[in-house]
Amino acid sequence: MAKIVVDVMLKPEILDPQGKAVAAALPRLGFTFAKDVRQGKRFEIEVDGEPTAAQLADVEKAAEKLLSNPVIENFTVRVEK
Amino acid sequence: MKIGIVTFPGTLDDRDAARAVRHAGGESVALWHNDADLHGVDAVILPGGFSYGDYLRCGAISRFSPVMEPIIKAAQGGMPLLGICNGFQVLAEAHLIPGALTRNHELHFLCRDQTISIENVNTAWTLSFPQGQEIVIPLKNGEGAYMCDDETLAMLEGEGRIIARYVGENPNGSRNLIAGITNERGNIVGLMPHPEHAIDSLTGPSADGLGFFTSVLKSFISGGVK
Repeated sequence: MAKIVVDVMLKPEILDPQGKAVAAALPRLGFTFAKDVRQGKRFEIEVDGEPTAAQLADVEKAAEKLLSNPVIENFTVRVEK
Repeated sequence: MKIGIVTFPGTLDDRDAARAVRHAGGESVALWHNDADLHGVDAVILPGGFSYGDYLRCGAISRFSPVMEPIIKAAQGGMPLLGICNGFQVLAEAHLIPGALTRNHELHFLCRDQTISIENVNTAWTLSFPQGQEIVIPLKNGEGAYMCDDETLAMLEGEGRIIARYVGENPNGSRNLIAGITNERGNIVGLMPHPEHAIDSLTGPSADGLGFFTSVLKSFISGGVK
């Protein structure tokens, strides 16, 4: 069984207050490595067998129509074994 | 005049919206998210709340509800459509108006009385206000920051499509203090604060919100907006 992973992130120019809150919390715990943090969403879609090209094309369409809002977000689609 | 009020699972403000319509002299008609029939209404209001628990993104799932199909079709044909708060988010997700609503810049859920100025009185929902009038109505949202790209913002400013702006400090990080916008035709309006909670001094901070509901009724009498 394979997994199709869709990662959705706010576009770089869109303010991400949640990421900023996480970035502000890290140093309070002694973690000083973060210059910036952006928070996104990850969708794991299970399919039977190897994903076909047609399925991947459909996932692209679904990611554009429902999983992301193209006005403020970008997405990537990949297959995870 | 019949105004349809949509109830999605998780909608909160449908009863107040219906009361506001009746108070203004209209007839309110309850529309159900799972019923793709507008029951002969002349206009539709998408009220506030947390439709579908705000899962995925606010308004993202409601936008594909069965009732939205005829609403989108009718609104594209000129039917007056008002989205308040969560309804504004549904309008943005349905791409009936440009831009998107994102998390308040300081992350807190806001609930307070807010002064806004009415900047475009040529829409179906604002035509009974005097230009530039300042009104006080409740603002209550977690994701009310209006976002769009620079090009869209310039277009909205240039075409006078920002119908209301926050007065004073920016409450949620909206670009150019945008509290509400309209489509090109002026029949669709998205508004973040809540006029339906301010229709009389007994239950609201003012009666200022009533103007949105009297406007749409007046728009039918005057034969629609320009």
